[in-house]
Amino acid sequence: MPYKYLEEIAIADIAFEAWGSTPEELFKAAADATMNVMVADLSTVADREKRRIELEEENLDLLLFNFLQELIYYKDAQRLLLRVDNIHIEKTQKGFKLQAEAHGEELNPEKHDLRVDVKAVTLHQFQVKKTSEGWWAQVILDI
Amino acid sequence: MAIPEFIKKISDTIWEIPPSYKEGMRVPARIYATEELLTAMDEGVFDQITNVATLPGILNYAYCMPDAHWGYGFPIGGVAAMDAETGVISPGGIGFDVNCGMRLVLTNLTYEEVKPHLQALVDNLFKRVPAGVGCTGFIKLSQDEFCRVVETGAQWCIKHNLGWEEDLTRTEENGCIQGADASKISKKAIERGKDQVGTLGSGNHYLEIQVAKPEYIFDQELAKAFGITIPNQVVIMFHCGSRGFGHQVATDYLQAFLKVMESKYKIKILDRELACAPFHSPEGQDYFAAMKCAINLSFANRQVILHRIREVFSDILHRSPEDLGMHMVYDVAHNTAKLEKYEINGEVRNVLVHRKGATRAFGPNMEGIPEIYKKFGQPVIIGGSMETGSYLLVGVESGIQTFFSTAHGSGRTMSRTKAKKQFQGKKLQEEMAQRGIYVRSVSFAGLAEEAGGAYKNVDQVVEATERAGISRRVARFIPIGNVKG
Repeated sequence: MPYKYLEEIAIADIAFEAWGSTPEELFKAAADATMNVMVADLSTVADREKRRIELEEENLDLLLFNFLQELIYYKDAQRLLLRVDNIHIEKTQKGFKLQAEAHGEELNPEKHDLRVDVKAVTLHQFQVKKTSEGWWAQVILDI
Repeated sequence: MAIPEFIKKISDTIWEIPPSYKEGMRVPARIYATEELLTAMDEGVFDQITNVATLPGILNYAYCMPDAHWGYGFPIGGVAAMDAETGVISPGGIGFDVNCGMRLVLTNLTYEEVKPHLQALVDNLFKRVPAGVGCTGFIKLSQDEFCRVVETGAQWCIKHNLGWEEDLTRTEENGCIQGADASKISKKAIERGKDQVGTLGSGNHYLEIQVAKPEYIFDQELAKAFGITIPNQVVIMFHCGSRGFGHQVATDYLQAFLKVMESKYKIKILDRELACAPFHSPEGQDYFAAMKCAINLSFANRQVILHRIREVFSDILHRSPEDLGMHMVYDVAHNTAKLEKYEINGEVRNVLVHRKGATRAFGPNMEGIPEIYKKFGQPVIIGGSMETGSYLLVGVESGIQTFFSTAHGSGRTMSRTKAKKQFQGKKLQEEMAQRGIYVRSVSFAGLAEEAGGAYKNVDQVVEATERAGISRRVARFIPIGNVKG
């Protein structure tokens, strides 16, 4: 699991760090960390629906911020629990462009062991960094 | 932990961090707490409240209420009054869950009368007031109708027979804050919120059946004025907010402000979550009008839930809600920014008071309090943890020192991640049942995160507000049944 929930920061909310050898891996890990706050076992989310996510932002960190927001949007607007694969991030003149495919299904309390709702991604202590091993991010989710 | 050296004692319940503590602080930060509460506060609070003190237009002090804890942008329990002419508006000073708030409802029943029906009541409330991740309500709305809801708040509900006319007069802003403009909200916000009217949500949101024991009535006259008149009277308290709609409104404008804050308005901040815009700028006014939509949606949400509660009590007890005396005491908002008038240096000025995880607590005879409560002061509803108890307070004249703001709950002391490791949901539910509290929750993990041990002592928080002179105790309520989001 390329992410870890942090105990000592953001008392009312949930903080996590995520990592990956590429920005794509990092984004995928952060997406799972966000969804895992809401669903205890991500393997119970079946692959029935598909959504395409396309975003462009000036910075990589705001790209991650918006990417995670998309997942929260689908959870409320279409009651979809999504997992992300096939992410592609490229550098453009304006900044960074993301194209991703997300798969999942409608949430079902009978089937999915649901935990707590994520209201939003906050920018408090939000960080995306390149490290010697790859890429790392810290995110605080509003609960 | 000892009290950090940079904190100066002003009185037993007021502490100050001077502007010399951090570059850019325009005013000192003031923390309202007993020594014990202050000692237990996490360092995040001090860092965040001193960041707040750097915001343009902030007046007097950046305030922390006794239940303050580490949030994002502002601490939870943070209050900042901005000069409306020169100051800013910041979504991080309001919170994503705009107008998350509390509502208190009476019954004329005693604990003895309710006890045999407690389980049926809680089970039915659990069924009829949807809670948990992505929950949707019973009310189906078109996008146009949803826009009418966000512009007219609880008034929409009364028009559609989801409540009593008197409910409106007992809600802050009469359940509909003026100036909400649905043209300022995004399609995404509508899509997130459209199906969620009448739902609790999750996290620290709950619906509770409580008892007012005679030994916990602190002021008989005020308790009577607020409808607490019989020994062991049963009341219902609930906590919820503007759901996905409010969260999206805040998210949309946080990003909009980030884009213009430095480039257009030359404002520098210490935490991106404090993104802001001048209150009188087009961006600031757009957010104000959109945020008001979220305030109204939240009033409507709590109004629909109240309607469901009345239905459930009526169904189980075979008496009408009127006959059961199910009047609302009051509805208070936690996460808002509101324009209020204050005298500053001898001049009456418009002030935008940001209260994040803090409650407005107007003193007696102030504008904006329902007529029936006017001479007593505004009722303040404080939700404790689900295991301990909650309070009804009243606003006091000396509340002017904090722009009439007080605490909102007991405040967390332990992170959710840590609480989940320390407490076990199923076991907690059983232990609470043994103590006479019947709990239903969609999630055992969610239940564990809300364990009483993860919170400060609500009695200490409330006592601190009373000793500091920002609100006064009226009654304490003991939980007997709980629906946990």
